Formats: sequence, structure tokens, C-alpha cells
Amino acid sequence: MSSNYLDIIRPGINTTFQDKGRDHLYHIGIPFSGAMDNRNYLIANKLVNNNLDSAVIEFAYQGPHIKYSGEKINCAVTGDVIFSIKKKDTEIEGKCYESYQIENGDEINIISTNKSVYGYLALGGEFDLKYQWNSCSINTKANIGSNDGKKLDVGQRINLKKINSNKDIKKTNYINTKIENIRVIKGTNFDYFSEEGKKIFYEKEFTVSKLSDRMGMRLEGPKIDNIVNTNIKSEGLIKGVIQVPADGNPIIMLSDHGTIGGYPKIGVVASVDYDRLAQMSPGSKIKFKEINLSDAETLFKLYEMETQNLLSQI
Amino acid sequence: MIKNISNLGDAALYCDFGNEVNKSINSQVIKYFKTIKEKKFEGINNLTPSYNKLIISYDLKKTNFKEVKNYVENINAEDPIDINSKKLEIPVCCHENFSMDIKRLEEILKLSREKILENFLNKEYFCYMTGFIAGMPFLGDLDENMRAQRLETPRVKVPKGSVALTEQFANIYTFESPGGWNILGNTPLDVFDSSKEDKPNLINPGDTVIFKEITLDQYKNYNE
Repeated sequence: MSSNYLDIIRPGINTTFQDKGRDHLYHIGIPFSGAMDNRNYLIANKLVNNNLDSAVIEFAYQGPHIKYSGEKINCAVTGDVIFSIKKKDTEIEGKCYESYQIENGDEINIISTNKSVYGYLALGGEFDLKYQWNSCSINTKANIGSNDGKKLDVGQRINLKKINSNKDIKKTNYINTKIENIRVIKGTNFDYFSEEGKKIFYEKEFTVSKLSDRMGMRLEGPKIDNIVNTNIKSEGLIKGVIQVPADGNPIIMLSDHGTIGGYPKIGVVASVDYDRLAQMSPGSKIKFKEINLSDAETLFKLYEMETQNLLSQI
Repeated sequence: MIKNISNLGDAALYCDFGNEVNKSINSQVIKYFKTIKEKKFEGINNLTPSYNKLIISYDLKKTNFKEVKNYVENINAEDPIDINSKKLEIPVCCHENFSMDIKRLEEILKLSREKILENFLNKEYFCYMTGFIAGMPFLGDLDENMRAQRLETPRVKVPKGSVALTEQFANIYTFESPGGWNILGNTPLDVFDSSKEDKPNLINPGDTVIFKEITLDQYKNYNE
């Protein structure tokens, strides 16, 4: 029996363990998974003195309410999240990007994400989790990963294997920026669409639909007309591919996406904008802007440098 | 051979082996897939072979399009070692509880339900690839008169075990998932098992599959 553990009082809407994911199994149909917003995942770990590839709790919209039992441990929340920490006689409003020390009997209540989708809760230590293909990331569709591949449920107890001896309190002033345009690279079937359709894709606004989850983001808006074929021979997909099925409404592949698809690809979201794309909640307006490969590579390099900078300052 | 290499986004190579779908082109794809997987080029991670394409993903923090393209253009793809292909029989129940798109298929194919089942069952299909969802096999080829397009709007939820058709291919939904194929029946068999990390897929590329019809009673009692 572990003496340090969490009890789930309320699981939240879609609460899972995530880490860096699995990057070598597309050929048998297993997607990346992993934290949807990679930058916030890394920062969460850094704030509690974890290895950067440690498991964290990812939540969407409403998060979990947990009770901690055991010796003192640090915790931190990242994203744009409203949460509170309840100690013996006080309840304090939590601030993202700051670590807190909690002790036996304390509770963390993650009320909701604010105008965004995902948030992260890291604990300074190591959860006792099952790893499949070197990752604990939960893929609820294929029931792969820790917790039998299922999202966290009420009444569950989660044990910690280890608690970090480094209990330094950390803080950073990171602010999640919103971007007006999602930058995309032309897809391999761009020419399947009418001139009007191509114009709509780059010039009109789309709305993120409620039918969006870790697998994909469905968009609503003006229809994109296909003039060649609404089907292609099924072939590989990657994160960020934008497919347009016959109904003309784009679908963007996210981290738990199907590895193969047969709808034409109008574009692919540039890696630099993936984290921010994943955070766009239903009802958000989205506009696409075309960039070329070399700009996409440069922008990603800068984004990655910025991430490393942020981490090194924590 | 690879006819053309382009980029799919900023973190993947899109290798096109030609427009046709046949075993010979597919075996070229598999050859490149196995060779590249074996060689472990720094930065290359996921590889997705399909009928006539190979998508090579890479970590943009470690390499880039130019480097990976140059590498792929200069490798010497070797013939794969024997892939140890199997012949498998898959039970399928085509009761109306399961064949959600039979009406649509009857209309598109202009064939009766009986004729559709007769054309589909008891024939050998070749597994070209696996994926979309974990372990889903893509099997071909269906007879010419059995080819229908995908649904116009994919379903948000296709039941686990669904056996479905699109164009010259059949597949099996190993999990409940979104999907746009025409559903003909359902198998009670587990086609994917994540507890077997080294061999999670029942059906692998190169295998041969035959669908055998079972009744609703047999279906219900199958896993008892």
C-alpha cells in the first residue's frame, strides 16, 4: 500500500493522464496521444521539479476535484484555469503557473478552464501508472495506456510511487496568447477544391463545433466545394491535417486522431500553431492563413526556442 | 519505386508510389516501410504505409523536410524478410441489428441484400494495411459491382466490431469510433488486443481473410 495518494471526489468531464505520447505506432493504428497542449504540459512538470516527460493530469473544461493524502508535495496548474486549494480551515484561489505545497487532507478543486479547453495538474513526484509502449497517455477510444485506457472516474484512488525531494516553490509569468489566424500549409489534395472553395478556406471564418474532442475538431461555416472526388484512397494522416468530407465541412485531426483517412486533405496546420489550436473551444471563430514550408519550419524553431527559454527561467 | 515525394505539413514526407492500388505497388510501399523502420534515422518517428503511399513523420526539433527527403531518396530499399502471412476466418453477423447501411448499399449497388451477402461472404481478401483506429485491417478487393462511396457525413459513432465497405475495400472497426464506411455486419471477435504489446493486431498486412456468416444466436453466444 502506498502512503501517498489522491482520491477523486469529482472526475471532471474528460480527465486523463498524459505525457509525451507514442510516436512510432501509426502503422498499427495507434496515434500520438500525449498532452494536447505540449507547452503547458512541459511547464507544469517544470514548476514541480519533475522530469519534463513525467505524467500529468490533463482535464478539459471542468476539471477534477481531488483530495490528497500523504506527506508534503508540490502541485501546479497550467493553462487558463480557475481552481482553488482547500487547506484545513482556509480555501485559497489558485493561480496558474505557481507551485503550491499541499499536505495530508488538502483538496484541489479545478472548477473550469477559461475560454480554452485543456489544463494540466502536475504533482511533484511520480504517479504509479501502467505504461504501454513507453507512455502512460490514455487513449479512451482504443482503451490504451494507464487507468485501463479510461478517463478518471469518481471514487478512484491514485497512488504515487515517489515524491520529489526538491520541494522548491516555483513561479513563472507565462500568459497564454490567443492568435487570430491558424497558419496552414497547403494540403496534398488542395487542387480537389473549386476556386471558390479555396477562397472560402483562406478568407472566411469557421466556427469550432461541439463535436470536437481529443481525436478531432469539426468546423462549421461556409461549405468547401470539391470538384474532383470527395474520396481518396485511404492513406496516412498526421496531427493537424484538415480533411474535407463530401459535406464540405472541414475536420482537423488532433492528437488521438485516426491514423488513416480517405477524405481529401485541403491543408495541414503548421506545428507552431498546434498547441493554440487545441485550446480553441466550441463556438470559437477560426480563420486560416497560408504559409509555406520554410516559413513554417522557421516559425516552429522560434516557438521551440521560446518554450525552452520559458522552461529555463523556471 | 517512389514516383514523387512532397511534404505533408511541416513534419511529414508524403511518398507517392503511383495511383493504382494493387499488391505489387503495395509490396513496394511495405519494402520502403520495413527498410526505413529498420534503419532508425535520427528524427524519423511514425511511418504510415497504405495501399500506395508511405507517410514518414519526423520530429521537427531534430530534423526537417530537406534532410529526410534526401535520406529517403538515397536509401536502398531491400526486399522484406518473409512476413509470415496467415489465413484467417472472421465470423460476421449480418442481422438487421448490425447491417446499418444495407438499405443504402441496396440502392447504390442496385443489388438485393441476398446478392450483396453472397458477393461478400466466403471470398478471400488481402490485408493491405492496418490503421485508422488501432488494428483496423483494410482488406481487398471487393468485386466490381460491390463498390460504394463513403457516407457523405461520417458517423460520430460506429459500433465496435462493425464490418464495413468502401470502394474496393472492406474493414473491421476494432473499437467504437467515428467513421464513414458502409456498415454491413458485425463480428464478435476481438481484432485488436492492447495487452499484447508486441503483437496487438489479429490481422496484419499480407494476411488473407475470409468472412463466414453467423446467426444472431451464434453471435450472442460467441464469447461464452
